[in-house]
Amino acid sequence: MDVIEADNLCKSFGSFTAVDNVSIAVRKGEIFGFLGPNGAGKTTTIRMLTGVLTPDNGSARICGINIHDHPLEAKLRMGIIPENGTVYSDLTAEQNILWTAKFYGLDSVSRKKRADEILSYLGLAERKDDIVRTFSKGMRQRICIACAIVPSPPVLFLDEPTGGLDVYSRRLVIDTIRRMNDEGSTVFLTTHNIEEANELCTVISVINRGKIIATGSPEKLKRSFDKANYVEIAFDQAVKREWFSHGAISRAEPRGDKWRLYTEDPDLILKYCAALAEREHLKILSIATSTPTLEEAFVQLTGGG
Amino acid sequence: MDYRLFTRSVLLVTEKNMRIYYFKGGVVIFGLLFPFLMFLTFFIGRNLDLILFFPAFLGMMLFFSSSSTGPLITPWEKRERTYERLLSLPVTLETLILGDILSGSLFGIAITTVVWGVGSVLIHLPLKNPALLAVTLLLGAFTFAALGTLLSSPAMNNPSNVMLLSNLIRLPLIFVSGIFIPLSQLGSWEWVLTSLSPLTYLVDLFDAAINGNAVYPAPVDIAVLLVVILVFINTARLIQQYNLSKGI
Repeated sequence: MDVIEADNLCKSFGSFTAVDNVSIAVRKGEIFGFLGPNGAGKTTTIRMLTGVLTPDNGSARICGINIHDHPLEAKLRMGIIPENGTVYSDLTAEQNILWTAKFYGLDSVSRKKRADEILSYLGLAERKDDIVRTFSKGMRQRICIACAIVPSPPVLFLDEPTGGLDVYSRRLVIDTIRRMNDEGSTVFLTTHNIEEANELCTVISVINRGKIIATGSPEKLKRSFDKANYVEIAFDQAVKREWFSHGAISRAEPRGDKWRLYTEDPDLILKYCAALAEREHLKILSIATSTPTLEEAFVQLTGGG
Repeated sequence: MDYRLFTRSVLLVTEKNMRIYYFKGGVVIFGLLFPFLMFLTFFIGRNLDLILFFPAFLGMMLFFSSSSTGPLITPWEKRERTYERLLSLPVTLETLILGDILSGSLFGIAITTVVWGVGSVLIHLPLKNPALLAVTLLLGAFTFAALGTLLSSPAMNNPSNVMLLSNLIRLPLIFVSGIFIPLSQLGSWEWVLTSLSPLTYLVDLFDAAINGNAVYPAPVDIAVLLVVILVFINTARLIQQYNLSKGI
């Protein structure tokens, strides 16, 4: 069953088309990654999916409920961590969570119990009565997460949830996403961090210039870029780019003291490099072949951003 | 539409506003101190009939107190970046606007009720029509809380700019609404001018409820205020909807 559905979403700001006919289907229980460079349309899409922004065209449904026809009912089924949103700094950590929980109809006993449980899990139990203004960025983000997960929503939207966080806070966010997914929440995540997406997501869509350009599992996306196989080689002397003009090398990139040679046939290029070293009296310091990473697939897909 | 959800959303927005904004400096200064100082400036030491002028003072108090929280809320939330998260909760633009108006109204009603109570005790204020006084309080509070919310609707994220704009609009209104000169003593061109201000109808209703004097029949005053409420709310909704569609 698809719990997040978007059909042909379009949004323009003046003459700029931010989102162009985006359709998405996220199945129950998935962690869906939405990747794209800055300005690709990720946040605009998530804002339309969560009812913050009205699309110029198209529709979105959460658990089968049209977000624009029945916003209150649809929003009851989702928890959201917006990219640019934060919690109320004039309220305490606990007040923020309890107030948010009231929107979802939790009774006072359940609210208190759930807030205590989440504050304890997020390591904020001792600071629950402190005004949020006194918190660090990482702690505020944890309160944002607490507010998003307090109703145990069937769908969780996270827009760049780990941006600017230290490694411990980032780890906590990732663990919380996994925990919520284990407890039954479907997760829709936008991130710049490719490794994070690779680590967490079951399905990824890549968006660029407002259009979805690829969708699949991280492995499938990587495999679809076989051309991004490469040979990485370091010589003892400087080499000329034209020495890598070979029919089987699609692209040669200097990487520090190494060259990365993209090819469909790494074995052939290994032999070619050995021959090149002999011909030009070079010594090979290191040589390795590699399959593409998700980051490389992303760069290929988005044309380098 | 699920009215239970809608009402819950309105009340929770109101609760948040009451906790956060009632004690902000701008609200205390422009909602409480300012009308009180205006009263002192114009009435103290001038041997004016306080009972005659009290309905106008009450109208001014309700006008300033009800319209003082609204202009602060949305710009403050945009500046603090809580607006985006608020929108992602189970709320709609309508529940946000009504929640803002309700919190402004409750602030105005509370302050004005205290002022009326103190006035009743100190100057033995008459009360010709208690039911009309209650209706006037509710209607007036809602009207000017809606004005406050309307004033906060332009795309600004600097609360002081919005407070400045709101005072540019609110201050002239008190001079053309029969507060410093009773409506019954106005000349013809002044009459036309005051009839354009919604505050005039509130002052007239207070006068009818307290002293039993009114220039317009109470149903006319009430009808005008109801129309003004609808105009303010719908204009605020249209402006905020436009801002949201533009992502601002």
